Amino acid sequence: MTVSAVAPSPQSTVSDSGYLLEVRDLRTYFKVMDGIVKAVDGVSFAIKPGETLGVVGESGCGKSVTALSIMRLHDTPPTWIPTTKITDMPPDVTAAMGDAGPSQILFRGRDMLTLSNEEVRHLRGNDIAMIFQEPMSSLNPVFTIGDQISEAVVLHKKLSRKAAMERAIESLSAVGINNPERRVKQYPHEMSGGMRQRVMIAMALSCDPQLIIADEPTTALDVTIQAQILELIRKVQDDTGAALMLITHDLGVVAETVQNVVVMYAGRVVESGTVDEVLLSPKHPYTEGLLTSMPSRGMRGQRLNVIKGTVPNPFNMPKGCNFTPRCPYAFGPCREYDPRIEDANPPDVACWLWTPAPGSPVPPRTRTQRPERQPS
Amino acid sequence: MATDPLTGGLAPTNEAATPPSADFEVALESLNQWQLAWRRFKRHRMALVGTVTFGFMIVLAIVGPIIWPYNPLGVRSDLPGSQGFSPAQMFPFGSDGAGRSVWVLVANGARLSILIGLSTMFISVTIGTVVGVIAGYFGGRLDGFLMRLVDLFLSIPFLFVVLVAARFFGGGELLPLIIIFGVLFWPGLARLVRALFLTLREQEFVLAARAVGVGDMRIAFRHILPNAMGPIVVTATLTVAQAILTEAFVSYLNFGLKAQDISWGNALADAQSRMSVGNWWWPFFPGIFIALTVIAINFMGDGLRDALDPRSRE
Repeated sequence: MTVSAVAPSPQSTVSDSGYLLEVRDLRTYFKVMDGIVKAVDGVSFAIKPGETLGVVGESGCGKSVTALSIMRLHDTPPTWIPTTKITDMPPDVTAAMGDAGPSQILFRGRDMLTLSNEEVRHLRGNDIAMIFQEPMSSLNPVFTIGDQISEAVVLHKKLSRKAAMERAIESLSAVGINNPERRVKQYPHEMSGGMRQRVMIAMALSCDPQLIIADEPTTALDVTIQAQILELIRKVQDDTGAALMLITHDLGVVAETVQNVVVMYAGRVVESGTVDEVLLSPKHPYTEGLLTSMPSRGMRGQRLNVIKGTVPNPFNMPKGCNFTPRCPYAFGPCREYDPRIEDANPPDVACWLWTPAPGSPVPPRTRTQRPERQPS
Repeated sequence: MATDPLTGGLAPTNEAATPPSADFEVALESLNQWQLAWRRFKRHRMALVGTVTFGFMIVLAIVGPIIWPYNPLGVRSDLPGSQGFSPAQMFPFGSDGAGRSVWVLVANGARLSILIGLSTMFISVTIGTVVGVIAGYFGGRLDGFLMRLVDLFLSIPFLFVVLVAARFFGGGELLPLIIIFGVLFWPGLARLVRALFLTLREQEFVLAARAVGVGDMRIAFRHILPNAMGPIVVTATLTVAQAILTEAFVSYLNFGLKAQDISWGNALADAQSRMSVGNWWWPFFPGIFIALTVIAINFMGDGLRDALDPRSRE
């Protein structure tokens, strides 16, 4: 396989720096009839081999789009990601991009966005596997479980169909499915949701990927099965040493499963850090809102805190910080200037409460002090 | 905590689930979509009748000309006048004015008529499916071009084109006629397949297949197409009936097969040209065979439609 498409120097240093996946300034814009939707607008994060990263946020904040962008599963058009290779971007999309440089998704130091379709296909399923949200509809109804698991193996590992079927049976028993020899001959409609999600995990495992992207793997399952599936994902990750990117809106899942967390809001990363930092001492008002809107023991009889309003309309983003209309702490600079996590100081939260804003050199908050909530 | 292997519950380490699960093992049989469809098809009585009738026609088409070969010289010479023998005089269907047995004409005609029906179906289903898959899956400019082509085919008067094409390219031969039919029958199916693909390609399992690294062609033809087979099979069935009818009609107008070839349409045309009062059996028997075949196929199509519709789970 050639690597001619990849510019040599910066990427190789990145892989030397010890990251398996490094997303740099990812912008995924959709050109739709009414204009441009900035679904992901400058997201950066990195995952080390074997590490677990949680991506948290409400519906519609760009989590899944980020995952699909990493896998290069969007069609261009209507989806546009700026890269050095793309030359035919429509003028309105280019205008919306502004002066941002090309996005990069470095997997083992090679930019996914500039690889050929052929090269990306070799990585998909083989080195990067994905577990989808909807186990009920993610399996093809007309093929047996065994056919579907062994397809990836035949495709990537060049095994015979028989050997691939053996492997499918192995991975089914690795995900705790009884009687895998019989199960491989069954069709998806003969299985429950929890079993199908196990099958999806077995499929993801079958080629020993280095990175597993799980897009809300437990959302469609009922609560008792959720715990089992999470336990299973954690176990297979331990066994295989794969890195895991876990997308979820469930902070309980995050607390139990991941090491590092990225909090997304309206297509941006607003806060990042280790799971303890983010969950125990949230800095961004959005993270704080997410945490306080979870019911917990000892809250019986109290009113549950909610984050007011909804994610802003993508065609009508507020001026300044996107979170301003919903933020209980919003003050002067929030309505004027857009905080970017790249320029933030401290570096892990995009908020003028923490970073000195233009015209307000002393941020209201430091690590030791937090202001009173403004009456709403 | 109780374990039940059927609820997708717990890891296999738990040995508690013993006797009940053994019963379940026996009860579970894996049926694929075709086996399920066959179950439902069997319940559709008219469809079964149609299948048996069509099966009979196919058998007739294969063995009829062997058992009752057509011999233009081997006719009875003791004709009772220009009407030919009535069915009462000559078993089973009487004869035409030249003394040819109408049954022999019907038995021999079955071969060409059904051959035309099936071949047309194969050609048009192949073209229609490929065009529909490409247009529906890949979309974009190719889709635009192919669908305008379909519009073009559907906007020209079908009859006129069939007749003109049959006259200019047909020359009374079988193969050109089949090709003309095949080329004219595909656009409707192409539209149908495209529409199916437009919904199917947005399904999660397509995304999942792409995420596993499956290529576009394989996704289109191996992953999505089997999910669209139901409507395609139904359309294919109905195309056979339509082609048989069209052949009868074109031959009746003397634009189809040459007069020496015996098909149901030619037999009708022959009967009509020398029709006089009273010799109803000349056109009646070829006509009733056409009608029976077409009705049988339509019943089959109906049954298939119900059996293959994923929403009609029993």
